[in-house]
Amino acid sequence: MLKHTPFHDFHVSAGGRMVDFAGWEMPIMYRSIVDEHNHTRNSGSIFDVSHMGRLQISGKDAIPFLQHVFTRDVEKMKPGQCRYGMICNEAGGILDDVIVSRDKKHWLMVVNAGNREKINIHFHNVRKEKDFDFDLADNTESTAMIALQGPKVIERVGGHLEAVQNLKRYEFVSDTFMMLVKYTVSRTGYTGEDGVEVILPAKMAPMAMKALAGRFDRPEATLKPAGLGARDTLRLEAGMPLYGHELSENIDPISAGLSWAVSFDKPFIGSEALKKIAEAGPAQKLVGLELEGRRIARQGTIVKGPHGEGVVTSGTMSPTLQKSIAMAYVPAADAAEGTSISVDLKGELVPAKVVKLPFYKRQ
Amino acid sequence: MSVPTDRKYLKSHEWHKLDGDVVVIGITQFAADELTDVTYVSLPKVGTKLSANSRFGEIESVKATSDLYSGVSGEVVAVNDDLNNNPGTVNTDPFEAGWMIKVKPSNPTELNALLDAEPYKASSGH
Repeated sequence: MLKHTPFHDFHVSAGGRMVDFAGWEMPIMYRSIVDEHNHTRNSGSIFDVSHMGRLQISGKDAIPFLQHVFTRDVEKMKPGQCRYGMICNEAGGILDDVIVSRDKKHWLMVVNAGNREKINIHFHNVRKEKDFDFDLADNTESTAMIALQGPKVIERVGGHLEAVQNLKRYEFVSDTFMMLVKYTVSRTGYTGEDGVEVILPAKMAPMAMKALAGRFDRPEATLKPAGLGARDTLRLEAGMPLYGHELSENIDPISAGLSWAVSFDKPFIGSEALKKIAEAGPAQKLVGLELEGRRIARQGTIVKGPHGEGVVTSGTMSPTLQKSIAMAYVPAADAAEGTSISVDLKGELVPAKVVKLPFYKRQ
Repeated sequence: MSVPTDRKYLKSHEWHKLDGDVVVIGITQFAADELTDVTYVSLPKVGTKLSANSRFGEIESVKATSDLYSGVSGEVVAVNDDLNNNPGTVNTDPFEAGWMIKVKPSNPTELNALLDAEPYKASSGH
């Protein structure tokens, strides 16, 4: 039985094509992936991301615990700040990539839907083993989460919530609306556009959607719903990794190009292994590829560079650039921009070259 | 969803329309909608010999890649080159401008074995 988010009725009434995503019934698209993609780049979109896990951590040892499991230094974070980073295993393999937010009295961690159970178990084990004293509450199903993304979002949402206009990137506010509705708004996202992500009580979600999506069916509507299909093409153009594609327990943050989200100033699970990888240099690196022609290299496609084979992790026909793009792991010696790589599409070798990530950067 | 009654279908969603002495082949609106935005259509060269129910090409969308099948045997006499530059035509007009190949059938009675519109609709659940 698939889980439903609080927006399920909305998706169905808006014509969403529903699919199984990590055990949740989610809209892959409403109108067309390309149309929803372009509307996000040009105006704004509303994404239901309630399937993502929301864990609240509080109590005496919240900080030592987070320092122990998270790749970044949380001690330096101020209330109202968010940080992207990884949860690793001892070998430095990525268990999940997450966003940690520091609130006044607690911490919030947003984890991937497909990793939520695994991370909960991992944290319970760590707590037991290290005898940490903290509370861990999984608020995923009592809350809803929407991402509002696009160049016109801040202006549109700022009309409802003034505090949003002053938020810097990777900052959030949490407040109570009309003395009843507790909400959190962060200036974060997964599309390469400006925008916010909003967490609110599950019960209030349909009402909030009505206020935001309002009459989205008008052609001139500023905000329209967009599904997971567009979310994937948007994040790929923006060069953002997706767990299960670019990231896995067999991949470390250094190879994935995420050294910037790893702090070696403090020990954490995996830090010793990652130090060694960083010092020796990773054997393979994540790169962007631009293919000739219009064919798409999908996950698992083998690529060949001057120094050996690699593998594609994600690929699509970029709606914004109108080019076939992909991300792939290649031998570190082949990761330089401009390197010629051939992509094996069912026996046909298609020429490609290594390009700088992200493929797309907003103006 | 409308399925024209002037042609024959494969369960794999290709339509076949007899036009004079050639059979025009494309995919249905249902299939195009399922694929979502088509990004690339790989078609055979003119002169290629096809056998019935064999693969003649490949269609790619943002979402997936699928094989294309011909329900008749024969020789490819024309391909829709417009799809190279405008693959999206398969989404917007799959039954007319989005046609893919024209085949000179070696055995036109093979068409009779294909599905009519109603059984096709029933088989694909739309």
